[in-house]
Amino acid sequence: MKTIVMILREIAALFVDDERLALAILALVGFCAVLAFGVHGSAIGVGAALTGGSTLVLAFSVQQGAKRKRQP
Amino acid sequence: MTWTMAAPALSAAFLASLVEVVEAFTIVLAVGTVRGWRPALIGTGCALGVLALLVLLLGPALTRVPLQALQLVIGVLLLMFGLRWLRKAILRAAGIIALHDEDQAFIKETGALRASDVGTADHRGWMAGLTAFKAVMLEGIEVVFIVLAVGAGRGLLWPASLGALAACVLVLSLGLVLRSPLARVPENTLKFAVGVMISAFGIYWTGEGLGVEWPGADLAIVGLTVLLLGTSLALITAFRRNSVETAA
Repeated sequence: MKTIVMILREIAALFVDDERLALAILALVGFCAVLAFGVHGSAIGVGAALTGGSTLVLAFSVQQGAKRKRQP
Repeated sequence: MTWTMAAPALSAAFLASLVEVVEAFTIVLAVGTVRGWRPALIGTGCALGVLALLVLLLGPALTRVPLQALQLVIGVLLLMFGLRWLRKAILRAAGIIALHDEDQAFIKETGALRASDVGTADHRGWMAGLTAFKAVMLEGIEVVFIVLAVGAGRGLLWPASLGALAACVLVLSLGLVLRSPLARVPENTLKFAVGVMISAFGIYWTGEGLGVEWPGADLAIVGLTVLLLGTSLALITAFRRNSVETAA
């Protein structure tokens, strides 16, 4: 049982290592979904928001990770 | 199936599987060295059996899910998985967190196995088999996920599986010859490359799931890969410079 719980926890950790990164990705996808299906934004606009948003999320997460590691 | 689509799927599955199989091999080698090859191979065999069952169950089940929903779910999962790897790889390359070292992992694992030298021989054998099982299972699940994720979106399961299989054959052949941890495999660089590729797939599939018509169709994956690579290299340069300035 302990092994199964451990394996399930490890599977979850495949996608969620840093909770803030995971939440930011979900928020970005949610925003793009609203753009696509809610306000019927242009397909290219949704693609640009998703691509630009992903690179911003990555940059922000790296910056936060570096900041946390450098704190004594 | 076009080569522009099959090649990224095959190479992403190959590189990602290479990293995972190297990590699993280190632990199985540690178990085999300390406790003998019988529990190591039984644990590995059981895990491979469970993984094969997972693929047999999940593979056909995925074909029943509507394509757009499947692309969206897989895209988001790939994005979470890929950006997590990429973030860690950037922090490692910038010198902010320690690099992964297979030799160190091997020493740590053999040390842990020797330290747990209690109970009967049967009990020790069982624990050793369980260690090998867990290692192969956990790293294998990542391989299965990557193969299904990069392959299931547009009928690319075969090239993705072929990439993963090639990685397994390569690592096992090298392992059989060398009989030592494959520390020379540039794991950190591979993880960086895989993070870039998987994230590019993640953005592409998520977009497809949201109804985005990518310019250049399948070729957009190459463009996304170049964009992520450029961004990541810029981040590494910026944070490395920052680290040097802080140290000075």
